Amino acid sequence: MIPAAFEYVRADSVDAAIAALTEHGDEAKLLAGGHSLLPLMKLRLAFPAVLVDIGRVSELNFVREEGDEIVVGALTRHSELARHDLVRQEAPLLARAASLIGDPQVRHRGTIGGSLAHGDPASDLPAVVLALGATLVAQGPDGRREIGADDMFQGFLETALDEDEMLTEIRLPRAAGRGWSYQKFTRRSQDWAIVAVAALIGDGGAPSVTLVNMGTKPMRARATEAALAAGSTAPEAAALAAQETEPPADLVASPEYRKHLATVLTRRALEEAASR
Amino acid sequence: MKVAMRVNGEHRADEVESRLLLVQYLRDVLGLKATNIGCDTTSCGACTVLLDGESVKSCTVLAVQADGSAVVTAEGLRGDGDQMHPMQQAFNDHHGLQCGFCTPGMVMAAIGLVKESSDLDEEAVRHGLEGNLCRCTGYQNIVAAVLDAARRPGVTETS
Repeated sequence: MIPAAFEYVRADSVDAAIAALTEHGDEAKLLAGGHSLLPLMKLRLAFPAVLVDIGRVSELNFVREEGDEIVVGALTRHSELARHDLVRQEAPLLARAASLIGDPQVRHRGTIGGSLAHGDPASDLPAVVLALGATLVAQGPDGRREIGADDMFQGFLETALDEDEMLTEIRLPRAAGRGWSYQKFTRRSQDWAIVAVAALIGDGGAPSVTLVNMGTKPMRARATEAALAAGSTAPEAAALAAQETEPPADLVASPEYRKHLATVLTRRALEEAASR
Repeated sequence: MKVAMRVNGEHRADEVESRLLLVQYLRDVLGLKATNIGCDTTSCGACTVLLDGESVKSCTVLAVQADGSAVVTAEGLRGDGDQMHPMQQAFNDHHGLQCGFCTPGMVMAAIGLVKESSDLDEEAVRHGLEGNLCRCTGYQNIVAAVLDAARRPGVTETS
């Protein structure tokens, strides 16, 4: 399958990428690892007139400590997140989830920024940064702004990013002392999650439980979080995980089955998180 | 759009359409047909090549994204003298194939896996080949071949 023709622009810096986005407006799409965008373009479900390739913007490929936060550059690839010592130490939930994305070849190309900017409710990292309470840094022609993960995902493949903005950094509170778990349920290992649950509990922080593929966007299991905060047991809280969700129906699962999975996976996640 | 890259150790430079996929560049422009197109949807792994030493699915990389990089395909695998590459030889020894369609991609993915992990057990090999589908073998002999090859000298060397 061959994508529709497009104009190719290679940006070597954040400023160059933003200049290209400003020039071409909604006709342009950023290309990072390309593992969400290129399959859509090959199926002609997406046909941007201009592709701005940011794959070589090396200033966005880093993981570093800044005070109480771990800062991950938007171009950091999934394979790097999965093996990076600092991520494994301070955000093990992110390292684990990254290690389960797609397959090795996909993880060599796909980037955290690309995954978050795509905002697919079935992909792993949006729900994980939600659980981690990340702050997302976007840069545009008017400078830089911070977007809380809770405000980032607004609808199916819709994010808070403006069309002339790009995601540059993901800032994560240190979570080394907290219990965590990522429970991903698939029929084949390389598939998207039928449902997945991310949990982060303990160490004085508010319990955080988020859901993958349970609606049009990644979401918190708010009833579960509230029950945990009020002192419920893991099974009691997990039983509430599918409340106020409207999961999709597709070839692999019905909404009812997804709701069942959400409660089971949440219980497993809470039990595993409590053991860490 | 002009692209230049090292393919199997040789410098190649061509004018290509920006929408040309890396696998099409390898097969149709350079004539390197070992890299197969299976699903064409990033699932099956038949088109796996090494891009700057890492396994990637070349149906989901634009040729222009590989500009300036080093690409290795199955044609670039050699052993000592007339020998096959140690990974190819291990697939041969263990009969790690039947129809052979997945084999070039499987071998490239396996070399990429061994390059990344020096301490592979059976479970790690099975997880490490999750991106490559084989509809014939049931994987048993492929896994045996990769476990054996991982101990052979020169297995991570490519052109």
